[in-house]
Amino acid sequence: MSQSATQTTRLRAPSGAAARAMGLTKVYGEGQTRVVALDSVCVEFGRGRFTAIMGPSGSGKSTLMHCMAGLDSLSEGSAHVGDTELSSLGDRQLTKLRREKIGFVFQAFNLLPTLSAIENITLPMDIAGRKPDQEWLKLTVGTLGLSGRLRHRPSQLSGGQQQRVAVARALAGRPEIIFADEPTGNLDSHSGAEVLGFLQESVRGLGQTVVMVTHDPVAASYADRVIFLADGRLTDELAAPTPESVLDRMRILDTNGPVR
Amino acid sequence: MLRTALRNVLAHKARLIMTVLAVMLGVAFVAGTLVFGDTTANAFRTATGTSLKGVAVSVQSQQSQEPPGAAAAGGPDGKPSSTLNTALAHKIRALPGVAAVRPTVIGEVTVAGKDGLPVNTDKARQHLATNYLPGKDSRISLKEGRGPASEGELALDAKTAEKAGYRIGDTVRFAIDGPALAKKLVGTVSTDDPRVNAGGTLTLFDTRTAQKLFLHPGQFHEIAVAAKDGTDHRELTDRVRALLPDKGAKATRGEDLAAEQADQIVEGTGALTKALLGFAGIALFIGAFIIANTFTMLIAQRSREIALVRAVGASRRQVVRSVLIEAALLGLGASATGFVLGIGIAVAMRPLLNASGAGLPDGPLVISSGTLVWSLVVGVLITVLAAWLPSRKAAKIAPVTALSSVDQAPPARALVVRNVLGALLTGAGVLVMVYVSTLTTTAKSNLMTAMLGGVLTLVGVIVLAPLLSRPLITLAGQATTRLFGVTGKLAKENALRNPRRTAATASALMIGLALVTGLTVVGHSAERALVADATQGLSADYKVSNGSLSGTGLDVGAAAKIARVPGVATAVPTTTAGFDTKGGFAQITGTDPKAFGKAARLDFRAGSLRDIGPGKIAVSDELADKGGLKVGSTLNAGTTTGRAEKERKVKLKVVAVYAKTPTMEDALGTLADVLPYSDNKKLEEVLVKAEPGQAAGLERKIRAALGDSPLMEVQSHEQAINDGGRAINLVLKMMYGLLGMALLISVLGVVNTLAMSVFERTREIGMLRAIGLDRSGIKQMVRLESVVISMFGAALGIGTGIFLAWAGSGMASSTMDAYETVLPWGQLVILLALALAIGVLAAIWPARRAARLNMLQSIQSS
Repeated sequence: MSQSATQTTRLRAPSGAAARAMGLTKVYGEGQTRVVALDSVCVEFGRGRFTAIMGPSGSGKSTLMHCMAGLDSLSEGSAHVGDTELSSLGDRQLTKLRREKIGFVFQAFNLLPTLSAIENITLPMDIAGRKPDQEWLKLTVGTLGLSGRLRHRPSQLSGGQQQRVAVARALAGRPEIIFADEPTGNLDSHSGAEVLGFLQESVRGLGQTVVMVTHDPVAASYADRVIFLADGRLTDELAAPTPESVLDRMRILDTNGPVR
Repeated sequence: MLRTALRNVLAHKARLIMTVLAVMLGVAFVAGTLVFGDTTANAFRTATGTSLKGVAVSVQSQQSQEPPGAAAAGGPDGKPSSTLNTALAHKIRALPGVAAVRPTVIGEVTVAGKDGLPVNTDKARQHLATNYLPGKDSRISLKEGRGPASEGELALDAKTAEKAGYRIGDTVRFAIDGPALAKKLVGTVSTDDPRVNAGGTLTLFDTRTAQKLFLHPGQFHEIAVAAKDGTDHRELTDRVRALLPDKGAKATRGEDLAAEQADQIVEGTGALTKALLGFAGIALFIGAFIIANTFTMLIAQRSREIALVRAVGASRRQVVRSVLIEAALLGLGASATGFVLGIGIAVAMRPLLNASGAGLPDGPLVISSGTLVWSLVVGVLITVLAAWLPSRKAAKIAPVTALSSVDQAPPARALVVRNVLGALLTGAGVLVMVYVSTLTTTAKSNLMTAMLGGVLTLVGVIVLAPLLSRPLITLAGQATTRLFGVTGKLAKENALRNPRRTAATASALMIGLALVTGLTVVGHSAERALVADATQGLSADYKVSNGSLSGTGLDVGAAAKIARVPGVATAVPTTTAGFDTKGGFAQITGTDPKAFGKAARLDFRAGSLRDIGPGKIAVSDELADKGGLKVGSTLNAGTTTGRAEKERKVKLKVVAVYAKTPTMEDALGTLADVLPYSDNKKLEEVLVKAEPGQAAGLERKIRAALGDSPLMEVQSHEQAINDGGRAINLVLKMMYGLLGMALLISVLGVVNTLAMSVFERTREIGMLRAIGLDRSGIKQMVRLESVVISMFGAALGIGTGIFLAWAGSGMASSTMDAYETVLPWGQLVILLALALAIGVLAAIWPARRAARLNMLQSIQSS
């Protein structure tokens, strides 16, 4: 496992980053309605690391994730997933990139109600026309505690279980990087903790790379590193966070206001 | 409430567009039919009014009501006689109050073109002829040249002259019921007679010639009397009546005659209007499914909004009323547009029907206020009724739904009640139709039973459709999954997601396809039956007969004349006579038994053609069974055929038995035995077999050998086959056109359902895009869902259609002996392909919308 991870690392970008952005700028609208959502952001998401993006609403944290994940286009700068540069890709290539190299967990509405849990998990691979790696699938499903629920439809699962299925789907294709957008936003604290635990486990135990957008300091504390965004700029970062240290940092940001 | 409803309609403009279109088309159909009916009836009234303008009293010879030469009692020359004559005309003219009399002779003339072939071969069109009365007949006006004045002259209506290629001064060849005649064309006329304008021909002679041709000198068929101003028409009629002989003539007041004729015509157009309204009803019924689907979906989407209204204090009844008002507004708008469109349809309908020979007169468009009211009422009513069930669902939404954070689809209600009801209806329908399949007459009660069974079956299948959707769509889905992978699978799952909606969408398509299929199967079977009737058992290359409506037959010598034509191998004379036998009415064909075998094929069970001779006949197996006959027994036949003869008994010995064919049903004897009992003692047909390789082009030579009368019908084997199919094809085409409207509306239904589904599944589509399904994949998913639903509708429709057509076969075979249900596989495959195409076409717009959805907005929208 670690053997192959080192091998791929050596073959890929020397930075050791699963994804990185250079001078990433995103502007919406024109003239009077012009809004700069991201203002030359430079950031790297380390391979095999769990990174949380935090910031108040409107800070651009979701936009950053969308741009890095190939869901939204860049206005300026560059973004890489692995060694693929995103700004030059068309819709078709971005789609291909998403299904081959990226996993997603959204806040809600992650699953197709018509498909069973296992069908939802293998959906990206079915779309790509790939056969899932059965051992890896078993491992993820087992790790997420879903073995007994694979034939259930989403409507027969609890909210926490649905998000675990979403995490399993993101993991199943062994993507370069997993983006999670407020994955616990709709869950009670117990289910939320469970899902975050699994995300953490998928990084520590399975060697995956996870980037999570959240506004919850407790959720952020599960990450290895937290970066803070305000008014479209990277303002701060924190390694080995705890809920308290994240909260402290946020308080400082709040009182000082965004750095201009 | 009204304001909320209005806002809702406006807010959902895009989503309501298909529903509006469906209602609009249905109403347009209704309005178009009504306007067309009023317009046509009015035009006919005007036309009859014009043709009887100035006629105060019409005196008609009652024999001349029938076509000349038929059963009318004739003089020694075989021509009919009339009690109306010049003397009577003078007497009427001399009555006080009479301004003028117009005595007319009416007949039929078949005009030959320059090429010698009849100008007008369509039997539905009329070949009119009358006497030309200079200055007296307002219905006919001279266009070119002058009116016929002597025995050697005639005039034609301008269109016929042009079609035939005649110019003034040319010699026109024509026939009445016998040999070809020729006269010089001295003028062309125009007329507003609808029968002529519909493609018929009009030939004019001077009065003396017309009398010679159609009656006897000095006689007339009709005397039209014009009155002086201020004369009471009723009294005048009585006075005229007093002059008439006891029998054979009738005087009618002009106004009464006009009303009588108008009533007849209006009754005729009324039947057409009713048939068209039937189709409009089908279109509206299909539209109702779309309306119901739309409102169900709108209410599901709006459930939180409705719950909120309920939470702040609206009653259930207010919610229902709000939805119904919304439906009424929608229906009103759509109906108003449909009404305008309908006027356009009415305008287009006349030339369309006239192109197929309906002969409808020209006239101003009649738009009655009744039509407007009916169109609006029907449109609003159908929309409100279709929205009624969904509105009740809306009322059941609990106020607490507004407070729950997750929006969950309401749990699917169990379909148990619906399935039981559906099974009962379908079962009853199938039982009735199985009973119908045993019926062998087309009595009115039987037709009503068949109608009931058909409707029950269709409604039953519609009610059962959600139940049937699971297995059938799963089956179709397996195919799409195998062919298209994951998009095919998603399409199947989406189609299965809401069985009621899928079923309603497919049902709309099913109704149209069931009717089209039924029609296609019956039409195909009937065509085969007609072709079999005309050709089965015959190997002749040509069939020669007298084509005049009076069916006067061919001279006995015709066969010999044809036989002398170079290239003809054999000419077999045939005639028929009807006999009463122990086995019921039987038609015996008389022929030349030696030659017969060369032009026809009969399969002999006992004996052979050679055994037939004077007093010796062959009978069909059917007649043998019915009459208890076998070789050696004697057939006692009674006949009353032949003019004014009392029943005669004939004894014929049975010497052979053959298998019945549609062309040779009962018995076969010698010409000499049968001819004395036949109509007019003439031949009915001459069957012609050509020398090998000489069949082509024989028609002209045969015509020439028989004096080139345009009445002569020389039908080749191929023509016989085509003629069998043509009549049916025309009817089929019209019905297809009308059902096309129903299919169009059902396509709108599929578009509607898909568009709504795409709208509902915005977030899913966004998610699918995010995890890697590209735009073309999304499109394919929507398209396949559409195809799967359409194929489901097609399977139900085609299946039901075939079943209904099969059940009606017993009744059809009562009017067509050779009728049996034959499945037109090619056409059924085309229908299936059509359904496939409908699926693909209906998906174009929704699929494009789905593919163009903004991914990020879709994911985040809630």
